[in-house]
Amino acid sequence: MANQRVLVIGGGLAGLAAAMKLAELGTPVDLMSLTPVKRSHSVCAQGGINSCNDQTRQLGDSEWKHLDDTVYGGDFLQHQPPVKEMAYAAPKIIDLMDRLGVTFNRTQEGFLDHRRFGGTLYKRTAFAGATTGQQLLYALDEQVRRYEADGLINKYEFWDFLSPIRDDAGVCRGAVAQNLMTMEIRSFAADVVIVASGGPGLVYGRSTMSMVCTGSAVSRCFQNGAKYGNGEFIQVHPTAIPGADKLRLMSESARGEGGRVWVPRKPNDSREPQDIPTAERYYFLEERYPEYGNLVPRDIATREIFDICVNDGLSVEADRQCVYLDLTHIPRAELDRKLGGILEIYEKFQGVDPRDFPMKIFPAVHYSMGGLWVDYQKSADGGLEAGSPLNQSTGIPGLYAIGECDYQYHGGNRLGANSLLSCIFSGLFVAPCVQSAMEAQQGSAADQPASLYENAVQDKQTEHDALLNQAAGGENPYLLHQELGALMTRAATVVRHNDQLTEAYEKLGELAERSRNCSLSDSGAWTNQNVVFTKALKDMFPVAKSIVRGALQRDECRGAHYKPEFAFSGLESEEPAERHRQAEAWCDRFEKNTQKWLKSSVASWDGDNPQIAYEEVDTSLIPPRPRLYGLVGGEVIEQVWAERMARRHGESGNGAPQESNQAAPSTT
Amino acid sequence: MSDHAANGHSDSFEVRILRQDAPGESSYWERHRVEHEPDMNVISVLQRVAAQAQSADGRAVAPVAWDCNCLEEVCGACTMVINGQARQACTALVDKLLDEQPAEIELQPMQKFPVLRDLVVDRTRLFSALKRVKGWVPVDGSYDLGPGPRQSRTEQEVAYPLSQCMSCGCCLDACPQYTKIELTPGVDESAEDFAARQDQAHDSSFLGAHAISQTVLFNAHPTGKVNAGERLDVLMDEGGLQICGNAQNCVAVCPKEIPLTTSIARAGRATTFRLLERWFEK
Repeated sequence: MANQRVLVIGGGLAGLAAAMKLAELGTPVDLMSLTPVKRSHSVCAQGGINSCNDQTRQLGDSEWKHLDDTVYGGDFLQHQPPVKEMAYAAPKIIDLMDRLGVTFNRTQEGFLDHRRFGGTLYKRTAFAGATTGQQLLYALDEQVRRYEADGLINKYEFWDFLSPIRDDAGVCRGAVAQNLMTMEIRSFAADVVIVASGGPGLVYGRSTMSMVCTGSAVSRCFQNGAKYGNGEFIQVHPTAIPGADKLRLMSESARGEGGRVWVPRKPNDSREPQDIPTAERYYFLEERYPEYGNLVPRDIATREIFDICVNDGLSVEADRQCVYLDLTHIPRAELDRKLGGILEIYEKFQGVDPRDFPMKIFPAVHYSMGGLWVDYQKSADGGLEAGSPLNQSTGIPGLYAIGECDYQYHGGNRLGANSLLSCIFSGLFVAPCVQSAMEAQQGSAADQPASLYENAVQDKQTEHDALLNQAAGGENPYLLHQELGALMTRAATVVRHNDQLTEAYEKLGELAERSRNCSLSDSGAWTNQNVVFTKALKDMFPVAKSIVRGALQRDECRGAHYKPEFAFSGLESEEPAERHRQAEAWCDRFEKNTQKWLKSSVASWDGDNPQIAYEEVDTSLIPPRPRLYGLVGGEVIEQVWAERMARRHGESGNGAPQESNQAAPSTT
Repeated sequence: MSDHAANGHSDSFEVRILRQDAPGESSYWERHRVEHEPDMNVISVLQRVAAQAQSADGRAVAPVAWDCNCLEEVCGACTMVINGQARQACTALVDKLLDEQPAEIELQPMQKFPVLRDLVVDRTRLFSALKRVKGWVPVDGSYDLGPGPRQSRTEQEVAYPLSQCMSCGCCLDACPQYTKIELTPGVDESAEDFAARQDQAHDSSFLGAHAISQTVLFNAHPTGKVNAGERLDVLMDEGGLQICGNAQNCVAVCPKEIPLTTSIARAGRATTFRLLERWFEK
C-alpha cells in the first residue's frame, strides 16, 4: 500500500535480512541501530552456519534430520513447525549468502567446505575462516547499503529505541527513539515495527556478548505489553577466554576442527601442558561421551567443564577455574586457514600462541534461547504458512520480533551454528508476513492523529529530563550494574538451586528499587552515555526478573536449565533384569516430567513483576524422547523407550523420528 | 600484588585523555588515576574512569565518552589514538602499554574525523566511501536461484583477508593524504540540507585505502565484476586513487593486516587498463 513503511530496530543479521527483503519487495524501511549496523554483535559469531548439504545428504542426512537434531538438542522445548521451516530453508539460505559474495572456505575442487559442530554427527556447517558471522553480516550490510543508495532504506545509526507507540486500540504505530549524539527524542511513524535487537548479555555483567546487548529494546516492548518466552533458558558457552571487561568467545569450531578438551589427571599438576604425557591427561568429554566426544551439545559440555573444575578440583590453575582446549596436534597451516580469526584473538588478549600451547578456557554466558514471545501459523505440511501475518508477530498488532530476541527456534538449548541460520531465516521470512499484515491493517500510521506521536515523545522527554535532574549522591549506575551482573552470574547460569534463586529474586527487587535512585555524573546535552546507560540498566530488571522467576518456577532439568535436585541420574545396577527395571522406572519418570514440564514459560509484565503462564509445545512432527547423550545406561533406556513407543503406537519403530514423506532424502 | 606492581610499577597509573565536550568546541587534557588490575585493557580503564567520575586531582568530572562494542577487535568501533597510534582500545593491553611508556597512557580521539565528544568521532565519511565504490555484489535478488559461482580455494584465500576490513579507519587516520573534513551546520540550515552538503563534501574527497581495497575485492568477485568498470571510474575520478602518495602507513597500521598496498597496486594496474579501454571506446 502506498506510503506504508516499516521500522526495523537492530541491524544485525536478522534486522539486515528483513530490511533487505522488505526493500526488495518494494517497502521502504527505516533501519535503526545503537551502532553503525556494520558493527553489530553478529560480527562476533565465529564458527559457521548449519544446513543439510550435498555431501551430508549422501551420508544419509536430510533437512528432517537437521530438524531432529535441533529439537533433540533443544530438549523438545521449541514449537516444531518454525524449526522445520527453518531447516528446510537452510540450504537455500547458504546458496543465497554464497551468491551475495560471502567468502566461505572452499574445498580443493571449489565447493563450499564444511565442518562438524556440536549436537550432530554430520558435517553441516559452512564457514568463512573463524569469522563467519562477520562475513555473513558484511554481505547483508552491503546489500542494505545498495538499497540505501537507491533510497529505499534510511538508516538511523546511533539511535536508541525507547518505546513502541501503541494507539488506543493497542496497535503499534511506530516508536519513540533518542539520538545518542544530539540526545534528540523523536517519534518514528511506522506501519509495522520489527524488533531485531539481539540478546540481553549485559544482564549478566560480563558475557561473550557485545556492549550494545543490553536487552533494553526487548524489555521496553515487554513493559509495553509484549510477552517474554522461556526467559530461564540462557546458554552458557563451554569455551570462552576470561577477561576483566568481557568474556571472549572461543568458538566451538575449535573443537569442530579437532580441538580436544582436557585437564591433568593429577590435581594441581604444576607441569607445563606439553610435558604431561597423554596417559596422564584426562580427556573427560571424550571419555564420558564416546559418540559425540568434544562435540556434545553446549549445555552438556559446559556442565562437564564446570563440574571438573568445581567438584573434581581438576582446574589447570590453582587460583582460577579453567581447562585446556588443545589444538597443538593440528598442523599450523590448517589452523591458520580454518581458525585464524579466533587464534589471533587468543594471541592478542592472552599473549600466548594457541598453535603451540593449549588454550585455557572456561564457560561464559553466551546466548539467550528465550526472548519475545512470537506466534506462527502452521501449514498443512507441518511447516509455516508463508506470508501469514501471524508468523513472528508478538501478539501486539504491528509489532514483530526476529533473530536472537525472539524465543522461537532453539528451545532449551541452541545448537552451535544454528543461530546465524535462525537470524537470517527469520529476517527473510518475516518480510512477506509483515507485508500481509500491512495490507490487512485498518488505517495506516500516516493517518494517526499527531497527538499520538507528540504525547509519546513528551512522555519520554519528561523521563529523560527527570533522570538528568536527579539529585546528586544517589546510586552509581555502573557499580549497580556490576552488582546485578555478579548476582545473575551466581544464581542463574550453569547450576541452579531454588534457595539461591529465591534469594536472587528478592535481591533483584532491591536492586531495581535502588536503580530508580541513580544519580548521573554527567548532565551533558551531547553524547551523554551516562544517561543512556542508566536507562538501559533500569530496563535490565524486567528481563533479569523473568529469567530468575522462570528458573525458580521450573522444577526440572531441561537443556541449559539445570537443577541438580531434579536431575535424572543414570542407571546404577549392573544386573540385566534390575537394569531393565530401572530403565522402566526411568522412562516412567521421564514421561511424568514431560507431561508436567514440556511447556514454554510465557511471562507478562504487571508493572513490577513478571507473571508466568505456561504454553503447550507443538511436538506434532517429532515426539519427545529422552535426551540421552552419554547417560550411564542410556542404551537400555533407549531400548525400553523404543519398546514402549512401539507398543503404544502398535507399529515397529525405535522411538527415533520417522522420516516424513516430503523429506525423503535422495541419495542417488 | 599484581605482576605489574611486582615489575616495579606502582599499584595505580595515570591516564591522560584529550577531551572535548561537543562538536566544534575546543579540546582539553584531563588526567585520571586508575587502580591497576590484572589483564586490563584500555576499555576496562575507560570503564573505571566512567565509574569513578573523578579526575586525578579529585575534581568531579563527567565520564569520558567513548565508542565500543564487540571488545574483541572485530567490530572496529573502539578505534582511538593510544600513545600516539590509531588502534582499537580493546586489544590495547595496559601492561604492554605501561612497559612501552611507563609514565602514563595517553588517549586521544582519531584525528581525521570530526569529534562528537571526547573519544567519540563521526565516521560517516568512511561508510559513504563504500557507497561511492559500489561495495556490493549486484545480485538479481534474494530469491532461490541456486548456489553462487564456484570459486577456487586460491580465490577465497585472496578475497577473505580483504573482506575482513571492519571499517575501523586506522588506515585513514595514519594516511598523510586523508585530511579531516569538518563542516558546521549553518544557522538556518535544515538537518537534511546539512547532511546533503556533508555528503557532497565527502563524495569529492579522498576515498582512502579501505575503499580502494574494497573495489579490488568486488572487482575480483565473479558476479561483482560486472560493475568493475564503474568502480574503476570512481577510483579515477576526483578523490580517487591518484591522491594516494604511497606513504604505506595504511598497511603498517591495519589491525587486520590487510594487504592494503597490494590492493592499491592492483587497483593502479586496473585503472591503467581502464584508461586505455576508455580511450579505445571513444
